Amino acid sequence: MGSLWEYANPAAFARMVSKVLPLLSCAALACLAAGLVWGFFFTPDDYRQGATVKIIYLHVPAAMVAINAWLMMLAASLVWLIRRHHVSALAARAAAPVGLVMTLIGLATGAIWGQPMWGSWWEWDPRLTAFLILCLFYLGYIALWQAVEDPDTAADLTSVLCLVGSVFAILSRYAVNFWNQGLHQGASVMRVGAVTGSDTEEKVSNIFFAPLAVSMAGFVLLFLALVLLRTRTEIYRRRLRAIEARERMA
Amino acid sequence: MIALLRRDLRLAVRAGGGFGLALAFFLIVTILVPFALGPGTGRLAQVAPGILWIGALLACLLSLDRMLALDHEDGTLELLATAPLPLEGVILAKAGAHWLTTGLPLTLAAAPLGVLLNLAPGGYLWLCVSLLAGTPALSMIGAFGAALTVGMKRGGLLLSLLVLPLYVPTLIFGAEVARRGAEGLATGTPLMLLCALSLGVLAAMPFAGAAVLRINLR
Repeated sequence: MGSLWEYANPAAFARMVSKVLPLLSCAALACLAAGLVWGFFFTPDDYRQGATVKIIYLHVPAAMVAINAWLMMLAASLVWLIRRHHVSALAARAAAPVGLVMTLIGLATGAIWGQPMWGSWWEWDPRLTAFLILCLFYLGYIALWQAVEDPDTAADLTSVLCLVGSVFAILSRYAVNFWNQGLHQGASVMRVGAVTGSDTEEKVSNIFFAPLAVSMAGFVLLFLALVLLRTRTEIYRRRLRAIEARERMA
Repeated sequence: MIALLRRDLRLAVRAGGGFGLALAFFLIVTILVPFALGPGTGRLAQVAPGILWIGALLACLLSLDRMLALDHEDGTLELLATAPLPLEGVILAKAGAHWLTTGLPLTLAAAPLGVLLNLAPGGYLWLCVSLLAGTPALSMIGAFGAALTVGMKRGGLLLSLLVLPLYVPTLIFGAEVARRGAEGLATGTPLMLLCALSLGVLAAMPFAGAAVLRINLR
């Protein structure tokens, strides 16, 4: 077991993935099944929200993974720009669609919960808006990957876009905060903080928190498994393309 | 850099430069709004600052793909890349020319168009101030987007998909200044944030734009 940089070698990375992937996927499945079944069927209903509270077991983990997927892409982009490891660029590429789907799950479950609770599918609340903007950033990032043919150029361009996009995503996050306060003074319905984010862990009692933690672990493991799998697929695809090019030359 | 700026300005103003297009687009968008929302002056006055900002932003976006694409096609960009002027300077000059031919005219045209939308009397000054402070950021972010997509097929559509999310903070602060101005509220805070955003973008974006331009010209 050497350093992490050993896996910058695509062959070593693929070998590692082949070894780790079955374990990881089994663990992800087990955690997801345990967390969701426990959460859906073996916890009491909330005294005010009723059974709708149970969507928390999908919503919070998906939202968490969606944000951290972008952070992972940022780190991978930096590694690519600084150390030029191809596996890193491919991992960033592989994570983007997963992150996008997680963002969509977060938005959809939020809307489904919001309909009975807030009485509307969508509110221009800062958190919701920032999430929608994150979704747009994912879309642009994926579109840029697909538009550029040369893989190295595409990796470079998307990495820079990821860096710039991160800065603007954070700017937007705080800008919408400002904009919303400017528009809706004293909005009292939108206590999103009571469901997502840090004050969940403080307010939610252990009876809800334990299955939530298991479910979160499941989502993180699922994300890791999907990213590793997709990265390995990208490596194979690139190897195939190289073989094809060599055949054509011969 | 000044010479490049002058050259771009001359090219833009002369025939085929598309100088007035953005302005005409702004005018048409503004005229179309009452058709969609109805002619009630009260409602128009309410949405006027936001509509004018959206119109200016879209007009800005419309002319972005011309910023570098023409120079890329005839090889000027390669020459500029080998010239002693650093690419950061090229991006800054291009964004400057874009602002002078789009952002500044839009700012000046916004006040007369405000009349069409029945903007509140106090709002004209703040609308122009907010556009004056915000459009340089739009041009600079747009220059980054143009450098990112230069030489791509379907570059125009991709450009809008990439640039519009980056415009969100500028739009929020800019429209907020205009709205508060129109309603007679204090505009200090959003205006300062808008100026800070513009200055920060002006300072940092040329480097990002030059970086992606170098990658694209490799």
